[in-house]
Amino acid sequence: MTPLPDDCLARNEWICGVYLSTRRQILLDAVVQHLQLTSVSVLTGLVVAVPLAVLARRWGWAAGPVLAVTTILYTIPSLAMYSLLLPLYGLSAALVVAGLALYSLTVLVRNILAGLRAVPEETRQAARGLGYGPVRLLLAVELPLALPAAMAGLRIATVSAVSLATVGAIVGYGGLGNLIYAGMNSYFKAQVLTASVLCVLIAVAADLLLLAVQRLITPWTRTARA
Amino acid sequence: MSTLAAAWDWLTDPAHWPGEDGIRHRLLQHLLLTAVCLLLSCAIALPVALVLGHLGKGGALAVNLANAGRAVPTFAVLVLLLLTPVGRWGDGPTVVALVLFAVPPLLTNAYVGVREVDRGVVQAARGMGMTGRQLLFHVELPLSLPLLLNGVRIAAVQLVATATIAALAGGGGLGRIITAGFNLASTPQVVAGAFLVAAFALVVEAVFELAERLAPARARGGGP
Repeated sequence: MTPLPDDCLARNEWICGVYLSTRRQILLDAVVQHLQLTSVSVLTGLVVAVPLAVLARRWGWAAGPVLAVTTILYTIPSLAMYSLLLPLYGLSAALVVAGLALYSLTVLVRNILAGLRAVPEETRQAARGLGYGPVRLLLAVELPLALPAAMAGLRIATVSAVSLATVGAIVGYGGLGNLIYAGMNSYFKAQVLTASVLCVLIAVAADLLLLAVQRLITPWTRTARA
Repeated sequence: MSTLAAAWDWLTDPAHWPGEDGIRHRLLQHLLLTAVCLLLSCAIALPVALVLGHLGKGGALAVNLANAGRAVPTFAVLVLLLLTPVGRWGDGPTVVALVLFAVPPLLTNAYVGVREVDRGVVQAARGMGMTGRQLLFHVELPLSLPLLLNGVRIAAVQLVATATIAALAGGGGLGRIITAGFNLASTPQVVAGAFLVAAFALVVEAVFELAERLAPARARGGGP
């Protein structure tokens, strides 16, 4: 019998360089899955949220029900959300994406609606006075002015999605959550800590990236503040 | 549709209610965990937030704490705690994780609430000769109540969700019905458990909503 190597893996230490070098591919795959799950779900949420918020703004009566439904969705804990979608999607990545998209949708609809509502009435009237039709008013005036609020919502939704994706480990599609789940069952400290830290790093990086995008596409807020 | 019917059958089967793994015990566990941890988090967060808000110090910390809390996955914290010595005392990891996730929204909302009290009112109170303590308890605390209670509500919903995820890491509560269902590959049980959790979370939200409506106008922020 060959003697076991006495490295940090054998000693089951929290921080382990050998783990990083020997499991690089596993970590990379998990990070890629994590990024795919979160980006697809947040984008899906965004695609549905924009028209919903615009409709809720156009027809005042629709705002109440839309906000009520999104509040209810947001109250449901993630583990229950994935489980409730199980009969629809089975054990698949689509299940996790659908659950995360529903959470993103909630945050995004609220923020975009708040942004649209905050557009000053004088601005709207000035645009109409300049001959803007309803579509051009929406695309050229209202939506750009709602951008800061919408981007704030997008940042919250993205950071939450990165964190909630880990719970997808229950169906085997949790990105880094899979590593955490497996590490819990095998008491593998280095794997749990590394995956957790990577998860927080992804969330922070995504937040900073979106902040940069926000500053880039809303230059007027920068000059106003300076 | 058949899955929903099967889930309903699972839920209404009297055999699934009593016992250690029964619905009744899990429901009580969930309720107890949520209530105890909510009290504990309030006891930790509110005094700190009120004093910081009163002194006007530590603002950046208090405001960013809620954002930072969102970036840290609950599940990861639960598993990390499980692997530390805390993991050896039964519900220890669950309680610590629950409190950790309930404190940020409480702290942030209470701090913002105290800071948003009209500065003119605060100056008037000082001018009347109120001491710092009187100012805090008779002016700032009552006026910041709406935001403070909103924080308690967010924390409560967060606690229900965290207590559910705790089941993934071996904790008790309603989430156990879901994880047990996954282990048995029983979709009806998973859906029934999810239904219970969702209903529980919505009831908690509804209780706060109701309390808010019944509260005196002062606590709702709608008063004069």
